[in-house]
Amino acid sequence: MGTVIRNYWWKILAGILLLYAVVGGFIIKISFEGMEVAAESMRNLFYHVGMWFGMLTMLITGFVYSLRYLRKFDELEDIKAVEAVNVGLMFGFLGIFTGMIWANFTWGSPWVKDPKLNGAAVGLLIYLAYAILRGSIDDTHKRAKVAAIYNVFAFFLWIVLVIILPRLAGESIHPAGGGNANTIMPMHLPPSMRLIFYPAMLGWILLGVWIYKLRVRLRRIKLTIDNK
Amino acid sequence: MLGNEIRHLIGKEIRLELKQKYVLNGILLYLVSTIFVTYLAFDRIIEPDTWNSLFWIILLFVAVNGISKSFIQESPARHLYYYTIASPQAVLLSKVIYNLLLMTILSVLSFVFFLLLMGNLVVNIPLFLTTLVLGSLGLASILTMVAAIASRASNNFSLMAILSFPIVLPLLGTLMKVSKSALSAAQWSGNYGFIIILLTINVAVIILAYLLFPYLWRD
Repeated sequence: MGTVIRNYWWKILAGILLLYAVVGGFIIKISFEGMEVAAESMRNLFYHVGMWFGMLTMLITGFVYSLRYLRKFDELEDIKAVEAVNVGLMFGFLGIFTGMIWANFTWGSPWVKDPKLNGAAVGLLIYLAYAILRGSIDDTHKRAKVAAIYNVFAFFLWIVLVIILPRLAGESIHPAGGGNANTIMPMHLPPSMRLIFYPAMLGWILLGVWIYKLRVRLRRIKLTIDNK
Repeated sequence: MLGNEIRHLIGKEIRLELKQKYVLNGILLYLVSTIFVTYLAFDRIIEPDTWNSLFWIILLFVAVNGISKSFIQESPARHLYYYTIASPQAVLLSKVIYNLLLMTILSVLSFVFFLLLMGNLVVNIPLFLTTLVLGSLGLASILTMVAAIASRASNNFSLMAILSFPIVLPLLGTLMKVSKSALSAAQWSGNYGFIIILLTINVAVIILAYLLFPYLWRD
């Protein structure tokens, strides 16, 4: 029992946090001044923003493992990088879908021409291109090396695109992270919502790490079988 | 040492280009015919926004076409030869500088043809020329690195487009913003922030390429 808890505590924690976020997110009373336009759809905050943090965590992980690959040329680092990007892409798509549902309620259309939305979409294109690049190289070591180089190069431009440019554009209607009048930051949320928001974010990130670890293990098993 | 290598390699690039003139002429013809098709497709462009978007989209396609050959023009055997006599940094920087020259010429020519066929909508010409130079540098450095990456894979040409279009967007978006203001107002104020962003992107991309290229070169 002791070892189970020692090894799996964070998975149990992820489950509890997400259960809490899903149940709590739907039953708490929403009261937030200045965001009347969002009304009850504010509950999406606990899910849509979680997708964003999940993606950010995974893409940073992928970037770090690509750098490590270029130092050691160990195939395992490449597997970790590619799976981190895959899980990051999954979160990215879910983030866009949850965002489209939300946008449909608050802005009247699933997609509006906005620097933050377009940045997120182009960001996904950058990482989809990463997948195509990997597919077009047959040799394993060459694929790992070229993909790592592209990932490091692309990550920098992705940061500029998704984090820096929308803040400078200043005309975004998407309320997050600054750069516009209707910004909301987590610390501006009413305490009751913050009590759900922070655990929910941690829960989604842990879930991402969990999926990522499973996928890496699957790849390692496949690699061992192939090498036999 | 590095400067010397770069000088010789740029000399090599220029001689190679002059020896195979059809490549350069091909890009020039590509530029002229694209602009001419645009000229026929639009009766008359009065909207600065349309003018601006068309100009940069055409320049992007010209740049991708012009730079994608950087690492596939010569045989792998000759790359091996360069590998033994020059440092990877010199190879990269010589290609970036050469492509910068090429892009500056191509972007100025595009601008001249645009003026001839579409009419002049640019109010602040010095600001517009500044964006052309900064844009040439940015396109040259990003696309040289992408061309190096794409040259390592099969299916080179379409890969060049899908890898470079999304990556070039932060640069292109900022360029289009600055040039849009060059089309609408005479003053420079309000653009310094964007020009600093453009310079930062350019410097950072060149540093990244400088650090990453040696891994790519050692095959």
